[in-house]
Amino acid sequence: MELLCPAGSLPSLKAALNNGADAVYIGFKDDTNARHFAGLNFNDKKFRSAVETVQASGKKLHVAINTFGHPEKMDRWYSAIDKSIQLNADAIILADLALLQYARDKYPNQEIHLSVQASATNTAAIQFYHQQFNVKRVVLPRVLSLKQVQQIAENTEVELEVFAYGSLCIMSEGRCYLSSYLTGESPNTVGACSPAKHVVWQENTGGLETRLNGVLIDKYAENENAGYPTLCKGRFEVDNQVYHAIEEPASLNTLELLPQLKAMGIKAVKIEGRQRSSAYVEKITKVWRQAIDQCSLKNFTAKPDWMKTLGDLSEGRQNTLGAYERTWQ
Amino acid sequence: MKYSLGPIQYYWERNLVYDFYEQAKDSGFDCIYLGESVCSKRKELKTDEWIDLAKELSASNKEVVLTSMALIMAQSELSTLKRICSNGQVTIEANDLGAVQFLAENGVPFVLGAAINIYNQVSLKQMINLGMKRWVMPVELSRAWLQEILAHCSDIRDQLEVEIYGYGHLPLAYSARCFTARSENKPKDQCEKCCIHYPNGRLMKSQEGQKVFVINGIQTMTGKCNNLILDQNEMNGMVDLLRLSPEGEEVFDVLNQFKSDNQTIYDSSIHCNGYWRALPGMDTYIETELL
Repeated sequence: MELLCPAGSLPSLKAALNNGADAVYIGFKDDTNARHFAGLNFNDKKFRSAVETVQASGKKLHVAINTFGHPEKMDRWYSAIDKSIQLNADAIILADLALLQYARDKYPNQEIHLSVQASATNTAAIQFYHQQFNVKRVVLPRVLSLKQVQQIAENTEVELEVFAYGSLCIMSEGRCYLSSYLTGESPNTVGACSPAKHVVWQENTGGLETRLNGVLIDKYAENENAGYPTLCKGRFEVDNQVYHAIEEPASLNTLELLPQLKAMGIKAVKIEGRQRSSAYVEKITKVWRQAIDQCSLKNFTAKPDWMKTLGDLSEGRQNTLGAYERTWQ
Repeated sequence: MKYSLGPIQYYWERNLVYDFYEQAKDSGFDCIYLGESVCSKRKELKTDEWIDLAKELSASNKEVVLTSMALIMAQSELSTLKRICSNGQVTIEANDLGAVQFLAENGVPFVLGAAINIYNQVSLKQMINLGMKRWVMPVELSRAWLQEILAHCSDIRDQLEVEIYGYGHLPLAYSARCFTARSENKPKDQCEKCCIHYPNGRLMKSQEGQKVFVINGIQTMTGKCNNLILDQNEMNGMVDLLRLSPEGEEVFDVLNQFKSDNQTIYDSSIHCNGYWRALPGMDTYIETELL
């Protein structure tokens, strides 16, 4: 099982490679990928260094070009594909049907992975992408239960990759427009959810308030840890009850499921977090490397110190199995 | 401009559904969408009953389209989808590429729903090649975006109808989690189909009382009701069908207001038209001369 780690910068990329990643994924410094954040990602020169570093290590490089091409700017997305392939990226990760077609027609032998943003949640959708574009691998959305992942694994020839750890999107990815409803910008259109330029942190008499384009997402008492106002993780009111109506701030952590994922034939586990620091990438990669190396052992259990490291790095210092576990749903 | 009646997005009792479509039969809508698009546990009408109702409505001199679910995860949901797509008579609105796969295999023309991500002319044309005859634009896209896409589609414009959401709360997201069950502290597997108690969904407000979203089972919708009555005169040549989604039986009155272009029904405290105007979806844009 391949360990696929995120890199939003060269230091993160090196941290991933030095601590046991089998592959890293990166994106260009523009809106062609779904982590289009200020100060993150790779311009052409850094992209070249990234390729050289990964190739020297003998590991693999995946490039995320996983937003949707704008009608008058298709060339920007096509060019991201061209550059990736000219520099010998091992795989490109796509979601837009237009880009899948472009890559398949122009580069018939290129390995294409279907991004989670394409939201392929069933075998018929996977079959569609496989038949039309010969995708080699599908990244499964984080909405599936473990049993559903297993059913898909039993009924497809396509390689499957699942999310292992990191921020949890709880909506079917690529089909969530909550962010553009409040801000006009969404992962699909600009490559960012709840973009930072719309965020305001405001001290008020009742404590710290977080707002997204003026909408109050949450407010925190003095003893509470305030989190980034990702709009689905705030506290809202439904019939006079104030609670995390959509989801608590927590990170997905599937470490304890590793033996089952492996038994199903899952090809790769993906760590979310291109927006995170190199120190974060280093710690997470180290734990997951050890866990994957040991998960074939008969008495595999998720070690307490691994879980502590992952727990400490989690959003809200909470871990969840997310939709993999039915009770969460 | 033709007007379509969108599917009931909420979970209504069986009798209400049948009464509603009795009215729809005699209404001024040109096209009727019906069927379950949100949750497979909603079984006031079984799949075959939806198909039968669709066939019955087809006899009423209106175009009828059977919609399908956006989020297909379980094998049982996939089997139902396959059955709907193979009904042999009524046109299907595909809301997942799994449905497109079945429909293209069957070689039948279909409507491509807003939950499938078409953001440019290239992907639009791919869908036409697979049998799409009508495209419902994703809810977050604007007039300007549509204009850009259509500027590249003069060669195929006559093979294609364009539909947009003109009235009603817009579907914004789909999750494995049921937010209505969560709002009642119930796990999804023991949800008791509690969404039947909320025929207009449940309003989710900010802690300051601002309407933010409406929760509708596994679906999250706009907190405000999308209303493009101020904008429909600018749709000529771009939009062929305007979809009015039922928030209740008043949708038949809403249709009359749209047909008579009664712009006074727009109320910015409850309505929004931001997406169409390339603004945050929740915003309102009113031409200054109307103010």
